[in-house]
Amino acid sequence: MKLTDAEKAMLDGREGPARQKAMDLLMRYGEALGAERLVETNNVAGAFNASTPSVRELVKRGFDAVYSELNLDSQEVVPIPRMAVNTCQLITGIDNDMWQTQGIPQELVEQQKRAEAHFGGLGINMFATCTPYQVGNVPVKGEHCAWMESSAVVYCNSVLGARTNTEGKESTGAAALTGRIPYWGFHIPENRRGNYRVVVETEVDDIMDWGLLGYWLGEIVQEEIPVLTGAMRQPSLIKLKHFGAAAASSGGVEMYHIPGVTPEARDEDEAFGGNRIIDTLHYGPAERRLAYERLNCATDRNVDFVMLGCPHNAIEQVWRVASLLEGKKLHPNVQLWVHTPRALREVAQRNGYVKMITDAGGVVMSDTCPAISRYAPKGTRVIATDSAKQAHYLPAILGIPVWFGTVTECVDAALTGRWNGGLQ
Amino acid sequence: MSITDARANDKANDKIVLHGRKVVGGVAEGEALVTRDTISGWGGINEREGTVIERRHELRGVSFKDKILVFPGAKGSSGYSAYFHMTRLNKVAPRAMIFVKMTTKAALGAVVTHAPAVTDLDRNPLDVIETGDWVRVDGDIGIVEVTKKGGAAT
Repeated sequence: MKLTDAEKAMLDGREGPARQKAMDLLMRYGEALGAERLVETNNVAGAFNASTPSVRELVKRGFDAVYSELNLDSQEVVPIPRMAVNTCQLITGIDNDMWQTQGIPQELVEQQKRAEAHFGGLGINMFATCTPYQVGNVPVKGEHCAWMESSAVVYCNSVLGARTNTEGKESTGAAALTGRIPYWGFHIPENRRGNYRVVVETEVDDIMDWGLLGYWLGEIVQEEIPVLTGAMRQPSLIKLKHFGAAAASSGGVEMYHIPGVTPEARDEDEAFGGNRIIDTLHYGPAERRLAYERLNCATDRNVDFVMLGCPHNAIEQVWRVASLLEGKKLHPNVQLWVHTPRALREVAQRNGYVKMITDAGGVVMSDTCPAISRYAPKGTRVIATDSAKQAHYLPAILGIPVWFGTVTECVDAALTGRWNGGLQ
Repeated sequence: MSITDARANDKANDKIVLHGRKVVGGVAEGEALVTRDTISGWGGINEREGTVIERRHELRGVSFKDKILVFPGAKGSSGYSAYFHMTRLNKVAPRAMIFVKMTTKAALGAVVTHAPAVTDLDRNPLDVIETGDWVRVDGDIGIVEVTKKGGAAT
């Protein structure tokens, strides 16, 4: 790879051992990719927390050891300086306030709080959400970013028109200390053009339908770039958040275009940019049903846990749940967790939404989700969720079957203890 | 050994040789574990046991510890590299990786696993290599040698 003088200085250790290790990793990573150079970034979203049991042994050796091994792939422990560029923490495994409800051992909570204090002091902003774009980190079109979190990456590229690959814990750790990331993949304009045409032939409007479309699509196109046309109503942040998360779970979609909606596709011609189209796909009622059936693996209609808010809910989604629950009580066998970023929870608290949900017997969680924490209420046998992403991952991660449906169906399950949902 | 000798030797041992490029250097050999399904790290593997856990994955429940993992590529969460990283720390990582589709997840995951890895092979490894074949990966020069199971190799 070709390095600038400033990058060579870092690689030679002239900017200290941490930046040297960071550049060493970026070199190994860039060469593995086949990248020719690095690009400057001032927007890093990564995972710097220490909230899992797996890092317990490392934590005993100090937070420099945690960052060195897990964020720089360096077995040698190097002192970690302040972050060189704007950096934020994505979702973590622990809600700092509701950890007892999650069932997290106190020792892990203390470990996470110590880690947050340490890394917060180095300039890592503790947004603690999978949706940094909902709480103030909204990169502009063309901005080079180094983001983790597949659902945030696809949103960043497709909806915001900023540029990031799906980075990992180690590459974001290195980017935060150097302000560099390999210039490869979605950083390069010609790699951002579409190569699959998707004709939507059945109306897609509500959140569940955006999830089904994404889930069906991701599995087919994997990491290619679909261009969607047809019977879609004007989407919103919430719908595209859900769509992208689903497509990045069943496949590896990091970018898509919806001509007339997303910023790099004023029309179909711009979306494809002269690319050869690999295939044209049609999404109709049969495809919709297939996605629905793949997401619904439960058979027992008795539900004991309802999970809402993946990716983390927008404030209007919290309001929707609160409205549906107002004046009602959850079924005694059911627990309901509603997940939203901590900054938005503050608004929900202020507005009385948190009280409406807790009065009904539900819980408002932040910082985490069951898939990340690997904690569901003790004894959970059947889960209901409005998230295609959680419905995809929870059976694998927790070994518990899942019903997937609309938020109304999920709230109904929370109130009745029964899954009465079905594809309309 | 000259190249001609090496080729003669390969033929005698019924070896298939694939040429590609380095992702991670080093040499390793072992039994192949092949899948046509892409692999998810976070949510797709158990990092303490080195097994695939994804529902509907053809390797569900199968361990890749010490295997030469042959797969189309990575998918899903950005936790891919962190989870393969932890398989190394937990000593249940694959011995080498051979994959088809280069992505940031696949590249970084291979880099932090510290196991030899190659891609861009001149033939599709998924068509050539089967589970149980003996495979030698030379990451530095991007060469993969395959000895078919039950083949003529002695």
